Amino acid sequence: MRRLTWFNVTSLSLGFAFLYLPMLILITYSFNSSKLVTVWAGFSTKWYGELLQNEAFLDAAWVTVQVAVVSSSIATVLGTMAALVLVRAGRFPGRTLFSGMVYAPLVMPEVITGLSLLLLFIGIGLDRGIFTIILAHTTFSMCFVSVVVSSRLVTFDESLEEAALDLGCSSFQAFRLVTLPIVAPAVISGWLLAFTLSLDDLVIASFTAGPSSTTLPIKIWSAVRLGVSPEINALSTIMIAIVAVGVITASLVTKRASLRQQADERAAVHA
Amino acid sequence: MSQTVFEPWNDPTAKPLIQFKNVTKRFGDFTAIDNQTFDIYEKEFFALLGPSGCGKTTMMRMLAGFEAPTEGTILLAGQDIAPIPPNKRAVNMMFQSYALFPHLSVWENIAFGLKRDKKSKDEIAARVAEMLKLTRLEKFAKRKPHQISGGQRQRVALARSLAKAPKLLLLDEPLGALDAKLRQDTQFELMDIQESTGTTFVIVTHDQEEAMTVASRVAVMDDGKIVQADTPARIYEMPNSVYVADFIGEVTILSGTARRGDGAYEISFAEDQPTLFAESDTEFDNGQECHLAIRPEKVSITAQKPSDRRNALEGKILDIAYLGNLSTYHVELPGGQIVKAQTANTTRLSRRSFTWEDRVWLSWTDTAGVLLKG
Ligand SMILES: Nc1ncnc2c1ncn2[C@@H]1O[C@H](COP(=O)(O)OP(=O)(O)OP(=O)(O)O)[C@@H](O)[C@H]1O
Ligand SMILES: [Mg+2]
Repeated sequence: MRRLTWFNVTSLSLGFAFLYLPMLILITYSFNSSKLVTVWAGFSTKWYGELLQNEAFLDAAWVTVQVAVVSSSIATVLGTMAALVLVRAGRFPGRTLFSGMVYAPLVMPEVITGLSLLLLFIGIGLDRGIFTIILAHTTFSMCFVSVVVSSRLVTFDESLEEAALDLGCSSFQAFRLVTLPIVAPAVISGWLLAFTLSLDDLVIASFTAGPSSTTLPIKIWSAVRLGVSPEINALSTIMIAIVAVGVITASLVTKRASLRQQADERAAVHA
Repeated sequence: MSQTVFEPWNDPTAKPLIQFKNVTKRFGDFTAIDNQTFDIYEKEFFALLGPSGCGKTTMMRMLAGFEAPTEGTILLAGQDIAPIPPNKRAVNMMFQSYALFPHLSVWENIAFGLKRDKKSKDEIAARVAEMLKLTRLEKFAKRKPHQISGGQRQRVALARSLAKAPKLLLLDEPLGALDAKLRQDTQFELMDIQESTGTTFVIVTHDQEEAMTVASRVAVMDDGKIVQADTPARIYEMPNSVYVADFIGEVTILSGTARRGDGAYEISFAEDQPTLFAESDTEFDNGQECHLAIRPEKVSITAQKPSDRRNALEGKILDIAYLGNLSTYHVELPGGQIVKAQTANTTRLSRRSFTWEDRVWLSWTDTAGVLLKG
């Protein structure tokens, strides 16, 4: 019998408190009517209103969204291609090196990634701005997409692609008409993952951002150094909400669709 | 009405559709196909038969273009097919695993190949409807593969490969999941299709009866090699080895030594057992090891020793397999060998003449068995 013992309840509460207490406090104080962060003076949504008047924050938010959408889209294309090569091409010279290098950014300290990108951009004389942030985010989120997509491709029955070839498809048509629709849930969740990673990245963005292109995390970080304001709390709450929705959607899409698809595929492939 | 026999393999002027020339296929250091040379002719129904893992699917995959021979060449209509990719070959394959597209409906699965050919909408619709009718899947056109039964899926796979009416059709166990009745119907359907379209079929099957029914020639494979490729009748009546005799149908093999007699070989297969006599086209030396293969239906079973046959052995009934129209008796000889004899059940069950433990005589003519070297 499994029971919620006193010990279990305590560890559960401690764990959750550890994870979510800080966020809870942040969210609560974003609805505080006082300007003083640490003093509760009643419920109000005025900081959200003021946020909408703040041009600097709105600009930063717009930059962030642009970067996130563009970089996650490019990363999805590149990451899916890398996953295809890694899973499909079998053994080719340099395969181990290639797969190692695709996954390296997963474990590479962000500071190093950011710094090396910065040096590259300076080296080739690329002006830092929204374009360089997009490049940088593509670089590091592509390997996450690649991991997600390749784990799906491993269980994909190759005879489906062979059947498509047999029926007259070119390799690209086989990919577009058969492989891609079947692994689409993994590709979508890869995109969502890349999107959220880009949305809240501070380290790499601060290395690669230019003066004219500040992302929201950078904006928040620099504002907080002058003191935490309820406005920041409100902004952070919105970001938490966006990320939460993103993550939940991603996991729902992956779970539901890929479970169903895999069941379909099993049923179709194995008699 | 005169009917010409379809035997292009005996016609030296006939041009084969497919030629395997010293084809070897290795996976690492495992040899899946071992130096095979053979021809398949246009409009043939060529059946590959053999135990699991003997290389049947590998043979098909080389024809379809998913595997390249390690050595040797495969010619299709006189042309080396090695450089031609699968999507450019006038070959369609029905996969052993079906490989239906899970995200497409039955209708779309069947239409898939036709759409690649840039056919008009009406043409595609007509052809798909024809295929659905043929495989009796009309009711399931809108369903996805996971919403239909195993046998229905198999029929979708069959319909999909037939739809493009290719020059060469490769069917990897196309009817395994169908019930006996539907299987028979489909077999005849396949033969009809073949007759009307002139398509050449290469078909893998585990079902000997199926191979016997549909095939113009049967190739019995073992361990990457074709042991014998011949008409069903010759495979059955004139196997070239104990392996083929044993693989196709029921058979009793009695091993012994041969001695040349007048007209027939004399075979001694066990001490204190009478000598057997068998005619053979194959030459044997005196004292050479030989194997006599006899089909159960060629062995008569009687209560008394027959006077008109030289080959007669006495034994005890060990087992009776009742097959409805036939019964197979397993008779044990004093030396322990089992000989099978089959009789047609022309009388009712209750009036059958022999039962377990009965002592009976088995007999057959000099030409009933085949004498084999190994
Ligand atoms: N890609 C591969 N890599 C290594 N070995 C393989 C590969 N494909 C097939 N084989 C081996 O080659 C042999 C022949 O395989 P094949 O699939 O042709 O058998 P089969 O005659 O179709 O058997 P079954 O009746 O079970 O379908 C088997 O021993 C198999 O393990
Ligand atoms: Mg097989």
